[in-house]
Amino acid sequence: MKKHLIPAAVLTLVMLVFFTVIYPVAVWGIAQFSPNSGKGEIIEHEGRHHYANIGQSFIRDDYFWSRPSAVDYNAGGSGGSNKGPSNEEYLASVQARIDTFLSHNPGMDKSQVPVDLITASGSGLDPHISIQAAEVQVARVARKRNLPEDTVSELVASQAEKPLLGIFGPARINVLKLNLALDELR
Amino acid sequence: MNTELIGVVVMFIAAIVLAIPFGKYIAKVYGGERTGLDPIFNPIEKLFYRTSRIDPRLPMDWKQHMVAMLTINMVWFLLGMLILMTQGSLSLNPDRNPSMSADLAFNTVISFVVNCNLQHYSGETGLSYLGQFWLMFLQFVSAGTGMAAAAVVFRAFREKTSSSLGNFYDFFVKSCTRILLPVSFVIAVILAFDGTPMTFEGKDTIVSLEGNTVEVSRGPAAAFVPIKHVGTNGGGFFGVNSAHPFENPSYLSNMVEMIGQLIIPLAMVFAFGYFIRRKRLSWMIFGVMTVGFLMLAIPNILMEMNGNPAIEKMGIDNTLGAMEGKEVRLGAAASGFWSIVTTVISTGSVNSMHDSSMALSGMNELLAMMINCFYGGVGVGILNFFIFIILAVFVSGLMVGRTPEFLGKKVEAREMKIAMIVALIHPFMILVGAGLATAFPELGASTLNNPGFHGFSEILYEYTSASANNGSGFEGLGDNTLWWNISTGFVLILSRFLPIVGPVAIAGLLAEKRFIPEGEGTLKTDTSTFGLMVFAVIFIVAALAFFPALALGPIAEFFSM
Repeated sequence: MKKHLIPAAVLTLVMLVFFTVIYPVAVWGIAQFSPNSGKGEIIEHEGRHHYANIGQSFIRDDYFWSRPSAVDYNAGGSGGSNKGPSNEEYLASVQARIDTFLSHNPGMDKSQVPVDLITASGSGLDPHISIQAAEVQVARVARKRNLPEDTVSELVASQAEKPLLGIFGPARINVLKLNLALDELR
Repeated sequence: MNTELIGVVVMFIAAIVLAIPFGKYIAKVYGGERTGLDPIFNPIEKLFYRTSRIDPRLPMDWKQHMVAMLTINMVWFLLGMLILMTQGSLSLNPDRNPSMSADLAFNTVISFVVNCNLQHYSGETGLSYLGQFWLMFLQFVSAGTGMAAAAVVFRAFREKTSSSLGNFYDFFVKSCTRILLPVSFVIAVILAFDGTPMTFEGKDTIVSLEGNTVEVSRGPAAAFVPIKHVGTNGGGFFGVNSAHPFENPSYLSNMVEMIGQLIIPLAMVFAFGYFIRRKRLSWMIFGVMTVGFLMLAIPNILMEMNGNPAIEKMGIDNTLGAMEGKEVRLGAAASGFWSIVTTVISTGSVNSMHDSSMALSGMNELLAMMINCFYGGVGVGILNFFIFIILAVFVSGLMVGRTPEFLGKKVEAREMKIAMIVALIHPFMILVGAGLATAFPELGASTLNNPGFHGFSEILYEYTSASANNGSGFEGLGDNTLWWNISTGFVLILSRFLPIVGPVAIAGLLAEKRFIPEGEGTLKTDTSTFGLMVFAVIFIVAALAFFPALALGPIAEFFSM
């Protein structure tokens, strides 16, 4: 073991230089050519900047709501609820979310409420909702904004993101982009 | 067929298609044959060896291999303790995150040294960028360690009779530079262009559209995330791992990361066949592994897509599936699939919260780690499988009344003892650990996030993940306590090094024995009959040992719903 100790330590140091300096600097160098130089995709809007990939909390009735979040969309951290599927307390909170949604969206039947709107995401920062989750909010948003429902519906359709190459994975809508586009309608 | 399922099928097939030629490449690397990357890596490796005065051509027997392996692992452990316990006052710390406590550093360093990556901290608040980089280094070298050990076993079965089995440093360095690095680099570039940050700036503060002020953690994640998958490590840059929209920004990145984690475990199986020139044996191993894998993965995909029956009862539209703890851009099918890939191959990265999986999905995730050899982690997966082959050879030998043989070598009492110890250490660690934590509620029950059967599953999962060197968790568990840090730390060490030393010792002992040419009565190990035999042994040893524990956790939860 003694025979190996010094060579092992030196080998560790040279490999450390290679794998934690040269490799990441090379990746960093290439990332400078990526959108926004590797600092995350940013949307500039009225003097503020937003991250396209980081969801935001939307709870006002004149905006499309985001999904519930275990960390209130504070991206300083991240986290899911980690509640088990049979946890009574958790199921009660899901029921409460359904009730809240229905009370803010009168005339909506609960069979229309998609499950992503009443469950928290894994990261707590999910930037997306399903297409249906946007559609069930159209009536409320249109009413609050005094816009024709058709206009808002068209906006939702135009913001819908198709599956990758049209065939892989789910369709979805970025809530932040949708709400920014909604503000533009005025 | 729906687009979520097509995505899953394509990810899996693409990984297999890429793994076959990559396995050939790995066999060439370990065989010292010429490859296209020689002009880049020959000078780099020469520099490594000249500085550290290591002769990579010096032949070693299996014991010398293991001494070299354990020594360098000890160096990493000591250096790691030093770095993590002082990172708060070192450079590259824009968020001013603190140094780790001794017990947390102990757990973290061990779990990264042993390629497990249980994370009892959250990356955003628990590590400086220097600490992250140190852990990124460990993700390379711990994967390289496992692969080097597998290469020793490969070598032992290529030689007819020999005690010199190549050089540890040669196998280890080549694994890191020629196998892990190129794949990681390609993935890093894809991720950087897909929206994963690669910056040394700290947290940003933004004002949201509704006027809330929130922080956004960033960092050099694009370099970090690939090796966590390619080396089947699984230690995430951010707390929620690949569920985080920066670590896994899109369905494309999800596919890339999925293929990235599957490719080397699959390729190692094919590399074995190319290396010892017995391709049929590879296909037997691949067949058994794939059948086992699909038996776990398909139910999980379906259960997650079907959704939570308790929520279904509330009368809402449940067609998206079990979305608690899942991301909309990835969907239930890809999350269910990932939950099994990451547990069979010991990655332990997650793209959904396993704690919120359906009860029986949780059971399959546990089973995947309890069996731990359907593909398995880089290098160690095939070592674990090798133990089951030896057991199956022995049982078959007894059944036909002949001395058991594997690839022309007699398997005798000494090898069998080692194989049994390795096969039993895994259930021992998991069941004793879970038993202790359950017996003392102030240690176990007080840290749970869910009541009842699911709470027990959280405890069972933590020890299973530690012992399988997996690293995923039922993350509701409040695991940054003295008890969890220390107890899982010891489970990690024992369950890493015994299952490496054991198979290498068996292979080394067999390599020294006289080669017996195959004859009429030789048991053929590359047939589907023998494959079935291996499967039966795995089922009996691994799965049934855990059945009582599973009955108390996920199975009981399923029936209570």
